[in-house]
Amino acid sequence: MLDTLRRRRNRADVLRFLQVGGVYVATALILAFNLLFTPNFATLANLRLQLVQVAPVAIVAIGMALVIATEGIDLSVGSTMAISAALLPLYIGYGVWPAIAVALLAGVAVGAVNGSLVAFAGMQPIIATLGVLVAGRGLALVFANGRLTELFDPTLDSLGNDSVLGVPISVLLVLAVAVIAGVVVRRAAFGRQLLAVGGNRAAASLAGLPVKRTLVAVYVVSGVLAAAAGVLSTARQGASDPSFVGLLIELSAITAVVVGGTPLSGGRVRILGTLTGALLMQLITATVIQQNLPDSTARMIQAAIIVAAVYVQRGRSRA
Amino acid sequence: MTTTPEVIAAPARRRLTIRGRRWRPDRAGAPIVLALVVIGGSLVFGDSFASAQNFGNIALDSSYLLLIAIGMTFVIISGGIDLSVGSLLALAGVLTAYGARWGSVAAIVLPLLVCAAFGLVNGLLIARARIAPFIVTLAALLFARGLAFAVADEGNTVYIIPADLTLTRLGQARWLGLHAPVWLALLAFGVGVLVLNRTRFGQAVFAVGDNQEAAELMGLPVARVRLLVYVASAVLAGIAGVLVAAQTQSGLPTIGEGRELEAIAAVVIGGTLLSGGAGSLSGTLAGVLLLKVIQNLINQVGTLTAYYQQVVSGIFLIVVVLIQSRLARRRLR
Repeated sequence: MLDTLRRRRNRADVLRFLQVGGVYVATALILAFNLLFTPNFATLANLRLQLVQVAPVAIVAIGMALVIATEGIDLSVGSTMAISAALLPLYIGYGVWPAIAVALLAGVAVGAVNGSLVAFAGMQPIIATLGVLVAGRGLALVFANGRLTELFDPTLDSLGNDSVLGVPISVLLVLAVAVIAGVVVRRAAFGRQLLAVGGNRAAASLAGLPVKRTLVAVYVVSGVLAAAAGVLSTARQGASDPSFVGLLIELSAITAVVVGGTPLSGGRVRILGTLTGALLMQLITATVIQQNLPDSTARMIQAAIIVAAVYVQRGRSRA
Repeated sequence: MTTTPEVIAAPARRRLTIRGRRWRPDRAGAPIVLALVVIGGSLVFGDSFASAQNFGNIALDSSYLLLIAIGMTFVIISGGIDLSVGSLLALAGVLTAYGARWGSVAAIVLPLLVCAAFGLVNGLLIARARIAPFIVTLAALLFARGLAFAVADEGNTVYIIPADLTLTRLGQARWLGLHAPVWLALLAFGVGVLVLNRTRFGQAVFAVGDNQEAAELMGLPVARVRLLVYVASAVLAGIAGVLVAAQTQSGLPTIGEGRELEAIAAVVIGGTLLSGGAGSLSGTLAGVLLLKVIQNLINQVGTLTAYYQQVVSGIFLIVVVLIQSRLARRRLR
């Protein structure tokens, strides 16, 4: 009798552990698998490559996590990346920093449009940001005349490819964004408002919180982060490619957020989980490629892992 | 025009009625805008827009989207969402072309069975394992696309459907000036309207989407209803894929990307609420036609580049949905 009880409690503990840390366990497992079975995996060059490749998705995913915490979604992030990438070559004549500033401002503008449609016009986030996704990609192509432009700027190049103390700059940027987001969510008034709006919008409104301003702000943050990701991708490639940069990245970002344990129902957010989720998806692709399996296998494994990860977490979101 | 079955009696309210039927501005939004756009288009572009041939092209272009959007309407009314349909369309197309070596029957049955299996798994994970529909169908989107690429040898092999196959001849046939896919989509629409408005199952779809707990307490087979809408949606996407393959005589794993979002947009423009419990297939039909007519009109403007076309259609989507939600809100007041 006691034994069964204890066993049941152990099971409950394991379950709770999986619910909270499933994504970390999965990431640890896939790392262990690679260390054992993939030759040349544990080299500094390869690890650095994986981190650099995941950087744009990770930055976009952090913004997406904040939006999802308000019970929203932002499908326009890939198009925002394209707009930001398309603006860089147009303004690089004024210097690299003004160009980056313009690109980020474009992210603010896109986010403000999204946020206003959601907060003031009362549109469903999925539809509002879908419209912006379609229009935004078109706008980026109009800016760039549909062409790929190569950029030869030493500052931009070093932003994309250099390291500080052995850590790539883009990875440092991801870490900085993650730390700021984590602190804001836990400590700042804005973070609390954001979670309150996502948890129960009516209650937040009755409690006198600035619901609409919070909603606009969170889409602006997502827009700026997407624009930053666009700058990073462009810097890394040494070329602005508005037709392809950020294509379907909204799905990767949503996946990272969801696998990381943030429920789509809002009111809760996990920044570290989101980062780990993005890394996990990257590692799956890398593992499959390095095992000489086709890319289609990677997608199918990713699909299975998404379902498994959310399945073990689902108890929490219902509680 | 049909009326929504009222599951829970709404409080008595003075309503505008036309010949005994309630006037529903939220439903009328899409048809009214559609009529205005068609009239405006005919006036501006004349015969290059308002010709039988151009309308036939619009109808053919709309038919695939309509098939997907019919399933999406059921899913959204039941309170869910199905992101996997674009990938399933591609998978079905590839499987049609792959199965064509064994004849027309295999080329139709194989993709539909596989799509039904996808719908079943989606439905089980959503209805039984209670994982959010968005996530389950997002995973299915990845999986189906992966499978399509795997069957097509990572896109290196393009299976060709012979021109003399019965499927090809049927798929490319015309009847009374309309292509076969148009007739099939209209048939699916008719069946869908009957099922949604005239059967217990249809009533249950509304009830489940309106309030799942209440539906459960009323003794409705909630899990079965939720499962079936995803099977229907997947099979309809499969039919669309078979038809596309028959038209193009090949199966490409790259097609259909973003089609799920287009279908969701059409459903929402048609006045179906994303929160579930309310909506109509006639609205969806108007939404599909509206999207395709606008695309056609934008194409008519020769001076607009493809990039500007994207900008205009994105803005247009937002504007229509804004008008729609204004109309719907007035009704609520």
